[in-house]
Amino acid sequence: MLKDITLGQYYQTDSILHRSDPRVKLTGTLIYIVVLFVAQNIWGYALAAVFLAVMIALSKVPVKFMLKGMRSIAFLITLTVVFNLFMTPGEVIWSFYKLKITAEGLKMAARMAIRLIFLIMGSNIMTLTTTPGELTDGLESLLSPFKVFHAPVHEIAMMMSIALRFIPILMEETDKIMKAQMARGASFDEGNIIERAKSLVPLLVPLFVSAFRRASDLALAMEARCYRGGDKRTRMKPLRYKVSDYVAYGVLIMLLAASIALRICL
Amino acid sequence: MSLIKTEELVHDYIRRDEEGNEDGRIRAVDGVSLNVNRGEFIAILGSNGSGKSTLAKHLNAILFPTEGSVWVDGKNTMDPDEIWDIRETAGMVFQNPDNQIIAQVVEEDVGFGPENMGIPTKEIWERVEESLKAVGMWEYRKASPGRLSGGQKQRVSIAGVIAMHPKCIILDEPTAMLDPSGRREVIRAARALNDVEKVTIILITHYMDEVIYADRVFVMDKGRVALKGTPVEVFKHVEELKALHLDVPQVTLLAYELRKRGLDIPDGILHMEELIEVLEKICR
Repeated sequence: MLKDITLGQYYQTDSILHRSDPRVKLTGTLIYIVVLFVAQNIWGYALAAVFLAVMIALSKVPVKFMLKGMRSIAFLITLTVVFNLFMTPGEVIWSFYKLKITAEGLKMAARMAIRLIFLIMGSNIMTLTTTPGELTDGLESLLSPFKVFHAPVHEIAMMMSIALRFIPILMEETDKIMKAQMARGASFDEGNIIERAKSLVPLLVPLFVSAFRRASDLALAMEARCYRGGDKRTRMKPLRYKVSDYVAYGVLIMLLAASIALRICL
Repeated sequence: MSLIKTEELVHDYIRRDEEGNEDGRIRAVDGVSLNVNRGEFIAILGSNGSGKSTLAKHLNAILFPTEGSVWVDGKNTMDPDEIWDIRETAGMVFQNPDNQIIAQVVEEDVGFGPENMGIPTKEIWERVEESLKAVGMWEYRKASPGRLSGGQKQRVSIAGVIAMHPKCIILDEPTAMLDPSGRREVIRAARALNDVEKVTIILITHYMDEVIYADRVFVMDKGRVALKGTPVEVFKHVEELKALHLDVPQVTLLAYELRKRGLDIPDGILHMEELIEVLEKICR
């Protein structure tokens, strides 16, 4: 149950996107999100769709694999669509009791659904083609200007990468504790919501205790290996832009310009 | 030449109440003096609560003495300016392999120590390659630590320490959580480092069969050194070891029991081959 979360997973293969600099991919995702919200008409969405399709093709990640990740957010999309469909005021085209569907609502719902799906697929491409390590390195480097304001950029990046490293370990541990409690008669999937929430207490307490113990062990191990914060640290894999990364930046700027132009001119 | 020296080392764990007043005191290490020479393979034995792990944590300045002093490569661990130097000199491998691997790729984890030390990028790669090869984990350099077995993870941890080029490696019960084949892997890697690279090894354990390869053995009990000497010397004291709730290697125990029954078997047999040889002579 806990193991089939594909959202935010790395898919190992060799493609242009896999090889490109994580900073480009992070900024690219950001620009893509902006493009999605700039788009107002069909041409704006068409541009976003074409860009997304090209990226999927370049990433060499099977489309099937990507769609599997979408399943977990299907509920969210349905909810958004339903709300927009029935809650938007305007010209009524169909009504049943108090439920009314308006032309504006229909348009809005379609727009929101497309935006959400594109947005999630777009950021999915980034996480599928970037290892968590690269991702945190990229974030650290992109956020490094904030160090001027004494923002703990290195620490945040280190925390992220450690959290990512320990997610599978803690998942496994949860599974183990669950089975241990079940063997002693606990049940986690019976009763109403309150009863279920209560049944999680004997699961969460040992999990937290063990997480704290692990954290203290890890801190000790890091200190024993001379970890003393980000200053004076060198990099085993320093980030370096290649020519292709500059080209990618150029493409991204053109994408942004095109989407703004489409909104203004059409 | 002496690399690590402790003089009358005492460590108290102090429990404090909310106001910070002393509430209780447990003496974990009680007046230990020992001397480790360069290139030696030392084993520190003891049952649970004998103070062996506490002692280990003093040797690379994770804990500091309540009384007495610890010297690593001529540097006092109480000197705050020397802490990082000491930790570079004496690397440490802990018990739980999952809780000491920081990165999500094997090679990045091995590079973590050198990165912290400020080694230039090119040299980090050289060090990562040589240390992963030294423990036989080079093929797994791109793997995720989660997919490795316990013994392999522990070898990665050892590689992570070797990459820092320490003069001494302290292994604090590295095999306690491993299955027998994992234990063999780790001990073999430690012995190879000692033989080939001449790294000083301090192995802390409660498994007797890991001790027989050591140059010298210290047996700890209630915070003190109860027995010390070469493995042959230490395992002569079968009765004392039993009193300390420690087992003797099976071969040694068998030889001991046979001798008690009147067979003419010498003291201090540690290897099966030795016993077989002796028994063959007797049977003829």
